[in-house]
Amino acid sequence: MSYLEHNLRTVPTGWRKVLHLHWGLILLLTAVASVGFLMLYSVAGGSMTPWAGTQMNRFAMGLGVMLCVAFVPIWFWRNIAAVAYVASLLLLVGVALFGVTNMGATRWIDLGFMEFQPSEAAKITVVMFLAAYYDWLDVTRVSRPLFVAIPVVLILIPAFMVLRQPDLGTAILLVIGGSIVMFAAGVHWAYFAVVIALGIGLVTAVFVARGTDYQFLQDYQYRRIDTFLDPAQDPQGAGYHITQSKIAMGSGGWSGRGYMQGTQSQLNFLPEKQTDFIFTVLAEELGFLGGVSLLLLYVLVVVFCIASALQNRDRFSSLLIIGIAGTFFLFFAINMSMVMGLAPVVGVPLPLVSYGGSSMLVLLGAFGLVQSAHVHRPRSRR
Amino acid sequence: MKQSPKNIAQSVRTIGRRGFLIGATQVAFAGVLAARMRYMQVDQADKFRLLAEENRIRVRLIAPTRGLIFDRNGVPLAINEQNYRIVVVREDAGDVDELLARLSRIVPMTMEDAERARRELFKQPAHKPVTILDRLSWEDFSKVSVNSPSLPGVTPDIGLSRFYPAGEDLAHVVGYVGPVSDYDLSRINDPDPVLQIPRFQIGKTGVEAKTEDSLRGLAGNKFEEQNAYGRIIRELRRTPGTKGADLQLTIDEGLQNFVQKRLGEESASAVVIDLAEGDLLGIASAPSFDPNKFVRGISVADYRALTEHDHRPLASKPFQGIYPPGSTFKMVTALAALEEGVITPDETVYCPGHLESGGRRFHCWKRGGHGHVDLKTSIEQSCDVYYYDVAQRVGIDKISEMARRLGIGVSHDLPLSAVARGLAPNKAWKLEARGADWLIGDTLNASIGQGFVLASPLQLAVMTARIATGRAVSPRLVRTIDGVEAPSGGGERLGLDPRHLAYIRDGMNAVSNNRRGTAFRSRIVAEGLEMAGKTGTSQVRNITAAERAAGVFRNEDLPWERRDHALFVCYAPVENPRVAVSVVVEHGGGGSTAAAPIARDIMLRALYGDVPPLEAYPPEQRRAADERLNALPLRDSRPTSGPTRTRA
Repeated sequence: MSYLEHNLRTVPTGWRKVLHLHWGLILLLTAVASVGFLMLYSVAGGSMTPWAGTQMNRFAMGLGVMLCVAFVPIWFWRNIAAVAYVASLLLLVGVALFGVTNMGATRWIDLGFMEFQPSEAAKITVVMFLAAYYDWLDVTRVSRPLFVAIPVVLILIPAFMVLRQPDLGTAILLVIGGSIVMFAAGVHWAYFAVVIALGIGLVTAVFVARGTDYQFLQDYQYRRIDTFLDPAQDPQGAGYHITQSKIAMGSGGWSGRGYMQGTQSQLNFLPEKQTDFIFTVLAEELGFLGGVSLLLLYVLVVVFCIASALQNRDRFSSLLIIGIAGTFFLFFAINMSMVMGLAPVVGVPLPLVSYGGSSMLVLLGAFGLVQSAHVHRPRSRR
Repeated sequence: MKQSPKNIAQSVRTIGRRGFLIGATQVAFAGVLAARMRYMQVDQADKFRLLAEENRIRVRLIAPTRGLIFDRNGVPLAINEQNYRIVVVREDAGDVDELLARLSRIVPMTMEDAERARRELFKQPAHKPVTILDRLSWEDFSKVSVNSPSLPGVTPDIGLSRFYPAGEDLAHVVGYVGPVSDYDLSRINDPDPVLQIPRFQIGKTGVEAKTEDSLRGLAGNKFEEQNAYGRIIRELRRTPGTKGADLQLTIDEGLQNFVQKRLGEESASAVVIDLAEGDLLGIASAPSFDPNKFVRGISVADYRALTEHDHRPLASKPFQGIYPPGSTFKMVTALAALEEGVITPDETVYCPGHLESGGRRFHCWKRGGHGHVDLKTSIEQSCDVYYYDVAQRVGIDKISEMARRLGIGVSHDLPLSAVARGLAPNKAWKLEARGADWLIGDTLNASIGQGFVLASPLQLAVMTARIATGRAVSPRLVRTIDGVEAPSGGGERLGLDPRHLAYIRDGMNAVSNNRRGTAFRSRIVAEGLEMAGKTGTSQVRNITAAERAAGVFRNEDLPWERRDHALFVCYAPVENPRVAVSVVVEHGGGGSTAAAPIARDIMLRALYGDVPPLEAYPPEQRRAADERLNALPLRDSRPTSGPTRTRA
């Protein structure tokens, strides 16, 4: 159903929109971000500097962005989806040409007042554009090969550009995030089955071919995989991060070692403790109870979003919300799997908790889209 | 594109179904994450907690305080003195070169010291304290302390290090300590982790090395919290170690000092043994060296001077040096013959100056011969032919057996490095060691302590003690360990006929108290303190027939290293003997002229417990004795404690 069919009188206007915001979601997001403030305060050894204070300002700014986005009607966002997608591609090209290189990866553009990471924005614009694409596409043609091929290309273009930065984590996020939208839009499940089967076949082939003359990867790449599978093999080298991370998590026990009492984090055994590994600080200091509580908050965010998507009769809105919720889910699922040793270390932050500006602003902007879709959802005529 | 209502309904249905599936999958995956968290944080918590503690806690050993060594009267021989040193933490020091330059203006510091300090500082992590100077004087130490505000990162620190107040007097007996070397670690099978402490010192030689286990003590532990870079955050707890056991030696420090100084720069050794308990009162090796130099790290030049010295200062001659005992062995031959019943004391042998045996001519030291010689005269005048004759009758195996009963050719259990066994040869030994049959000439040579016979000065002292007491006196060096008395070395009766021993003692008495005795000049005239002894002169080369014919026989004409060894063994008083002494002067010439006077001075010092009075010397020798004794550079009082020499 397109906005033209809406009974415009049933959609709230002006300041009345405030009453129709999804306040439960806002509350949840604030709770998640607050957990982040607490942990950033702790890893700084009980100090607002250098992380917690900045993070709070960013969250406040992000909330502002979210409300602004929420007040703009959802059909405006649908109309500029293609523009946003092309703009983010241009930004990615800009990164490749004029990007700032930090720690061997070229991911940032210097905006003067901050360094911005266009790949963060791309995660949302891809989902947006795909949702608009399926809104436009006749429902009956969704599974036709040509119309399946178009979104695949739309996903793979930014994914490859991000992969070259290199940023494997974001590339995975883009691909899976886009796939979720395609799946939700009703692309025939057989396509997914074939891709998954091919993926498994490829992985198997890579391992089976190891040691023969036809092996797919270089030896050092195999060794990296080995390190992921068994970090203990190389405890001081590449396995150090994951080993220390597991020790921190495990030593937290049931109720943790106490706020600001985690020896692994406070004595700097943990790497990247304010960014990618912040969950281990939480798990060490607040234990299983703390970790599960945060996980529960995240799941509630996802559940709230999906529930909102399922109630929404606007195709673009539903797909957009599902895509954003999926991307959000992928953020925390990959990050947590990584620090628990279930996935290789790919550099995905914990959403709203890890220290980082681009990710915070983009995520809150994306939830602004969710809010906009929620506020401007079509109401049934009475 | 405008969607038809039918399509809209289908779209909502599809999204509803698929959306629900996606949501459910996501929640299910969150469940997997929660389960994994539970597994790690609840089921395996103990394992990971342990790993976290291993990360965090570093256990450091606290070096135990080494036990002290005292002499029999409680005079300290090895102590732990306070060592004033300068410790620098690089990260606090700022510009290291500037700091070292400033330090060198305050305390004496060579370019070499500064360079080594720089190297050490940059070898260690910036936050580790590094000792850059040690053994400062109190004055220099105070200067650094006063100036410490202008010396960032510098900490004046006090440690303990070994000091030997007796210096060179006991270098060979007490030995010295030094830092554990890789060689030590490979050689000793000692898992004590305390050895891993940097700069930890263990005994390298002598008693320090042989009683290491008692002296070392037990290390304590210090539990420290460290961060990922190894920086110490705080100390968690500490368990103190146990101090090493104190040792009391049987040595009399004053006597030892006298003995050492009396030997002077001769290449000589002397052993003084107490007859009641077997206590070694003095055991000196000359020339000696200062063990404190080794503790501090001896310079290459000093070390080379010691190794290249032809008098071998590093060798522990009293118990490592083995010499042909020469005529001091004659008591063994005589006693073996008496016990076997092949001679009687009154029986005489005619000495024409030589004896033919096995086609060879064996000479007596007196070319003209001694004429008719009985047992007592043979000892008194040290007639060789008498023993050639007697030895042929008693046989080498009995002589060898008697030598072992008297302590020659057997090892004495002392906590010293490489105590020599010596050699009391017999037929079986020669067959095994040399692959040759024992010849009669070998017996003749052995009978006068030449040939294969070898004994250390310690063994000669033990032999003399056993003859003087008739008991199996065995030497004892450690009197108490941690206050517990070691078993006495007084020994059981040897089972020798007392009359036979009396004949031998009678002969030894004649040596120094009869006008014709070989050591008559070295007699003691003090009433009740008379000495019995035996001279010995052992050849270190064969005298060729040509030399004998040419008459080149005078030791003084030979180069030092080819001269005879001079030996003297004695005990006193003749009635109720208390002390036995042996003296060996390498290449000293004759026993009566080179060794006996030294032995008498030492004996008197032991008997009087102080520098002997001149009345003990024959009147005509008193002036010379007075000069000689006054010239000795004795340490008249205990080592004075300067400000840097406080006892810890």
